[in-house]
Amino acid sequence: MLVTFPHMGNAYIAMKSVLEDLGVEVLVPPPCTKRTLELGTKYSPELACLPLKLNIGNYIEAIERGAEVIVMAGGCGPCRFGYYAEVQREILQDLGYSFKMVVLERPQGNVRDFVKKIAIITGGKTVFRVLASIKRATRVAVLMDELERLCWQIRPREKSGGTVSRLMREFHSQALNTRGSVGLAALIGEYKDRISRVETKGNKEVLGIGIVGEIYTVIEPFVNISIAEKLGDLGAEVDKSITVSYWVINHLIKEALHLHNKNELQEASYPYLRSFVGGHGQESVANTVLYKRRGYDGVIHLLPFTCMPEIVARSVLPEVSHRYGIPVMTLVLDEMTGEAGYMTRLEAFVDLIRRKKEMKGLYGERILSGD
Amino acid sequence: MKPRVGIPRALLYYNYFPLWEVFFKELGAEVVLSGLTNKKILDDGVNCCVDDACLPMKVFHGHIIELKDRVDYLFVPRLISVERNEYICPKFCGLPDMVLNSVKDLPTVIDCTINLRNSSSSLRRAVLDVGRLFTGDYRRIYTAYRKAVLCLESFEGLMEKGATPLEAMKGDYSKAGEYHYSIGLIGHPYNIYDNYMSMRIIDKLRDRGVNVITQDMICSNELDRIARDFSKPMFWSFGKSIMAASRYLIDKRHVKGIIYLVAFGCGLDALVGDLVERRIRKKGIPFCLLTIDEHTGEAGIDTRLEAFIDMLEWGGTAKCW
Repeated sequence: MLVTFPHMGNAYIAMKSVLEDLGVEVLVPPPCTKRTLELGTKYSPELACLPLKLNIGNYIEAIERGAEVIVMAGGCGPCRFGYYAEVQREILQDLGYSFKMVVLERPQGNVRDFVKKIAIITGGKTVFRVLASIKRATRVAVLMDELERLCWQIRPREKSGGTVSRLMREFHSQALNTRGSVGLAALIGEYKDRISRVETKGNKEVLGIGIVGEIYTVIEPFVNISIAEKLGDLGAEVDKSITVSYWVINHLIKEALHLHNKNELQEASYPYLRSFVGGHGQESVANTVLYKRRGYDGVIHLLPFTCMPEIVARSVLPEVSHRYGIPVMTLVLDEMTGEAGYMTRLEAFVDLIRRKKEMKGLYGERILSGD
Repeated sequence: MKPRVGIPRALLYYNYFPLWEVFFKELGAEVVLSGLTNKKILDDGVNCCVDDACLPMKVFHGHIIELKDRVDYLFVPRLISVERNEYICPKFCGLPDMVLNSVKDLPTVIDCTINLRNSSSSLRRAVLDVGRLFTGDYRRIYTAYRKAVLCLESFEGLMEKGATPLEAMKGDYSKAGEYHYSIGLIGHPYNIYDNYMSMRIIDKLRDRGVNVITQDMICSNELDRIARDFSKPMFWSFGKSIMAASRYLIDKRHVKGIIYLVAFGCGLDALVGDLVERRIRKKGIPFCLLTIDEHTGEAGIDTRLEAFIDMLEWGGTAKCW
């Protein structure tokens, strides 16, 4: 039984870890490409959001390679993600594919249910073993995010540009051939070591840019056209407000156990957005405020076209930006996004915040002319 | 002088206005409605609302602008959930915030939160919070609310007899009479019943001798019963009634065809529409998906409606063509 799952940035590492530890044969779908997107766009509802379409592309490419079981996450609204699996199942069935779909919903205080569903995939491993694997995979996700964070810090400072990105490409191709949590953790450790030894210009001043928005567009480099890499090359250290490990720990584990403490987020977003709006809408607003407090120079807000929660966030962000004096740029991503136009906007944004910093005398190098 | 409470004639106006109106009137306020949706309201809304919001949200913003200088209070409730384990839509959760951050110079906004997702206590609190703005007499607030609920129930009763909300508000269901045959019209109430946005689709169909059944004209218990059979509980209230209504129309009412009116940019319609369409097509029932947006030309909609009705009347099912 060959098990597959949709891509979301580096989430495949954690998925691979948990499934392989349980002795399941895993088929990681090929990385998202133009073909993935074309397949997804062709068969999905026109106005559905981008992640749904790419998921469809991932499934089809995985089924073509022999996958039999699809593992997908679920939810209970109000974001559309909660109903993804239902729609996707119908689409694939109507296309005539044979497959089995297991939808893992957030265990709403009922962890047993969650484990029961995992048992369908794993073929009756003990609860203890399943929980232990989840724990180890969570650890792998945390390590993976630490590795990514390290890249964000090194990239704008590296002496010969592109070294970090080259190492990361190498890492991803090796990760596909590494099995289980132990192997993956070791591989992550090795690359963390190699990347931290990349030569840097120690005293180089960099800009700080926070990335907020809808989780899939923030995490998946194919959709955000490798925003972290691009900004790094432009001399900005990025930070993403949402990462895979954050999502797993806070949304899957802590929320189920009612431990997720949202006080800081709610306090930060309260003057602008006083209610939960589904997805990560409230977090986008809150994190913009928090980035300002932590001294970042600008914020980029990413969302897929027609994303409902982020549209609410987007409508209040100009006010936040104005009140706190932090530049915010919103980028709406869809299947029509062109790289050149996107790059131009990123460059312009980076120039703008660099000039802003320069005018305040906070930035040593003078790059832009004028007073 | 009586305080004037402004209620925009958009979004949930078509579901709850009778309740709101009686409640505020009983509390001694004057209820001021915005005008019927028109070109100016739409344009104002498009100009001030965030550009990727859906059409009804933009229209709502337009109504706010039309109303804001004429009233002391604006009623923009935050309706997160009106039924257990369900939501309306993310944009409704943040509606007051969207309005407050997009429209300048607003009067006091009454933005009580109603969230019945986990418990019904928030309704009580919301009623009291709103009532206290007008009177300190709790008993009066409760009496007003009870009266308002009765009024809403009779309004919903009229709709189940086949009246549109606008007709039901006038207490008139004479148009829900005898027709040659029925077709189903599904979609969000604020799209279907707003005569400007929907371009009088119901009147046009009735003029052709077609009986129109919308999801609000179906007994809500029946819809809830159907919704229990969904493979996954539908967590959007409107999505649930649209999906259940489409199944009911196929299985029980033997409608000749179904029209789904969607607003461009509506997140729910994108997914619910797809699920509904797949099911209807499998049953071989003619189906027409009409998308409306701020550019929609009436002639185009008319042509498609006429073609759809002609197809139904000239005989066969979709297969014949």
